[in-house]
Amino acid sequence: MDALGEFFRVYQTTIGVIGINALLALSVWITLYAGQLTLGNAAFMAIGAYGAALLGMRLGVPFPLGLMLGAGLSAALALPLGLAVFRLRGVYLAIATIGFGEVVRVVLLTLPFTGKALGLNGIPPLTELWHIYLSLAVVAYGLWRVQGSTVGRAWAAIREDEIAAASQGIAIRRYKLAAFVAGAAIAAWAGGLSAHLNFSIEPGDFGFTRAVQILVYAVVGGTPSVAGPVLGATLLTALPEILRPLREYRDIFAGLILMGVIIYLPRGLVTLAELRKTRRLQEIGAADVA
Amino acid sequence: MLLECDGISKRFGGVHAVADVGLAVASGQVFGLIGPNGAGKTTLVNLISGHLRIDAGAIRFAGADVTRLAPHALTARGIARTFQGVRLFKGLTALENVLVGRHARMRSDVLRRLWPRGVPDRRDRESAGLLLERLGLMRPQALAGELSYGDQRRLEIARALASEPRLLILDEPAAGMNPAESARLRELMRALVTEGLTIVLIEHDVRLVMGTCERVAVLNFGRKIAESTPAEIQASPIVREAYLGSEDAA
Amino acid sequence: MAEQLYNAIFVGSIYALFAVGFALVFSVLDILNLAHPVVFMLGAFVALFCMSTFGLPAALAAVAAFLVTGLFGIFLDRVAFAPLRRRGAPPLSAMISSLGFAIVVIRLMELRYGPDLTSYPAGSLPQTVLQLGDARVDGLRLLIIGLAILLMAALTYVVRATQLGRDIRALAENPRAARLLGVDVDRAIAATFFISSGLGGVAGALLGFAYNAIYPQMGTPYELKAFTVMVVGGMGSLPGAVLGAYILGIGEIAALVFLPAELAELRDAFAFGLLFLVLVIRPRGLLGHRAVERA
Repeated sequence: MDALGEFFRVYQTTIGVIGINALLALSVWITLYAGQLTLGNAAFMAIGAYGAALLGMRLGVPFPLGLMLGAGLSAALALPLGLAVFRLRGVYLAIATIGFGEVVRVVLLTLPFTGKALGLNGIPPLTELWHIYLSLAVVAYGLWRVQGSTVGRAWAAIREDEIAAASQGIAIRRYKLAAFVAGAAIAAWAGGLSAHLNFSIEPGDFGFTRAVQILVYAVVGGTPSVAGPVLGATLLTALPEILRPLREYRDIFAGLILMGVIIYLPRGLVTLAELRKTRRLQEIGAADVA
Repeated sequence: MLLECDGISKRFGGVHAVADVGLAVASGQVFGLIGPNGAGKTTLVNLISGHLRIDAGAIRFAGADVTRLAPHALTARGIARTFQGVRLFKGLTALENVLVGRHARMRSDVLRRLWPRGVPDRRDRESAGLLLERLGLMRPQALAGELSYGDQRRLEIARALASEPRLLILDEPAAGMNPAESARLRELMRALVTEGLTIVLIEHDVRLVMGTCERVAVLNFGRKIAESTPAEIQASPIVREAYLGSEDAA
Repeated sequence: MAEQLYNAIFVGSIYALFAVGFALVFSVLDILNLAHPVVFMLGAFVALFCMSTFGLPAALAAVAAFLVTGLFGIFLDRVAFAPLRRRGAPPLSAMISSLGFAIVVIRLMELRYGPDLTSYPAGSLPQTVLQLGDARVDGLRLLIIGLAILLMAALTYVVRATQLGRDIRALAENPRAARLLGVDVDRAIAATFFISSGLGGVAGALLGFAYNAIYPQMGTPYELKAFTVMVVGGMGSLPGAVLGAYILGIGEIAALVFLPAELAELRDAFAFGLLFLVLVIRPRGLLGHRAVERA
């Protein structure tokens, strides 16, 4: 038992980060599930992080309320953004969200009250591990249940064939927006938690690289189920810790895993579970990510 | 008249895909739409089903103007369609495809399902299962992408019927079917009409069109060149020239 | 003022050389090659290697950069894209695969050369300053502008007037038809990557020469700018990429000139704001003709 307690103490931050990355991966997963590729969730995370931190530090807003307001602000921004871009297909949507992400990053660098390039320091460490994992459990459970509902089926239909989905009575714009906004809110919530886990945040934490990283968690973990993004985030966050002696080469492993998964197991690592049933890599490799 | 189209036009660039087409489909009718390849039939269907915006003209359904409505709104009003070349949700099971088809008629069960014991509406699943059986699809859990071509076509019809439409538009449903299968399709269409459905059928299979349709309209180069009973259309020199003329050019 | 203009054209020229390769792969294969910044960076380092190890003059080093990165581009395709093409995977998969590839290569370069700035050997780069009218212009940059224009003209010639160019254009228009018409698809794709990566590599080498400072991550900022360039010019359009590149170059320098110093960071926002605006108002861009919106 002592050993376990020791383990926890040493790796506390990492375990916290795993939970936050899992939340972020789920935020991207929702939009992927509805057939949209977004790289803007790092920006929404930033809005949640800065929002909760500033509200708490400058205006004394209690932590849970700060988190909610951060998520609310993100959702409010995601709505017009989503409306502006929902018609764009695939690659163009990705690029538009990248652009949005960069605009947010630069705005954060310029606004006087965000601390500019130095970011915010001395954020009170209010986040407990149970905050993170409770949030994760609630979000994961909720998404799992939604997946099997009419809404989840509508999202799947949109992903499979948007034109046919429209003719089944699915209001495409409404459903896409719902996924997009929900993803933004979850990412912001995770951002708020993250800001109060680490003591400081800066705009560089939330750029293109971060957005790509979040996407990679979801894709490597797998898209057919909620377990995928959680698995991907856990694995890829823990990997640097596991490979600590190979610190220099960690990124190389990450890159190779990424390529391996996308080429041979395109729907992600969770599909390995299906290997027991089909025993053939080709069969699970049959369908693709989005 | 259940469906009325007045002076429908659609341009792509400088080309008129559909030019000044008018149609009137009576309730309970089977209405055929034929024409050489590229005549604009599918474009017209896309205009009626809301997937394309019309440049000029108006569409009325059950008396109400539906010209600018989006596809999902039209489905809610009772217009369903299949697609040329089958557009199924390949990664979903046959049953799930039909359940999606019922989307317009189902109440959203998200909130109910958030509770661990919440169960999806059994009635919807049962009626979806019945539809599958009626269309001869015996494996509701099979992935739509893995079904045979004939099964896929019939699944698409089942999915369209799931929304309990008043008007069903079938875009080349018999393509690739053998005579036995198209005979079964003919039977199905007759049964559906007796149940109160109106059907618009786009087809190249002459026997199917002549055997099921009461009225037939012919399109060529985006314009309606004839509309009459099947027998008269078959005998019409104008129609023959449209088909032969296009064969010459081909 | 005139100096700023030359600067803007210089920046635009580098953007153009980078973006045109990016756009070429996109127009032919419908994928965003997220490993393109890697060949940009490799070009700069290949030139460094040639100059410091073999003592080659800068001009020859640039040629070597073109050839080596061109071949590397073919290798990139074989490893990261070809397996996905074989099973008809969607563009997202290709993007992610190239991303993984880029991570690996950049990290390898960081291990070899360190993440910080490296310079070219002393005295290997021309240092002339010319007087043009009332502007003092760096001779090297002027030369680079000329080279960039020359390369783009050469590319135009290849694409419009050679059989290979016709094959590539056919492939871009309609892959299935191209195959049926007897186009050697594999050869055309290999040529596409050779040209795209070669141009990217040369761009990197030239940029390296101009600033005399290179580092493994140097391609990333250009990649992001390239998105704007392509969207503004029109995705999939090569002349559009060139046009977009110069518009961006001029726009950025203008922003730098007219914005007060505290807001200098907003110069970067200019690129993305522009990107956003174009995607929302006219997604096709200036010269694009691809379907950007869903039907």
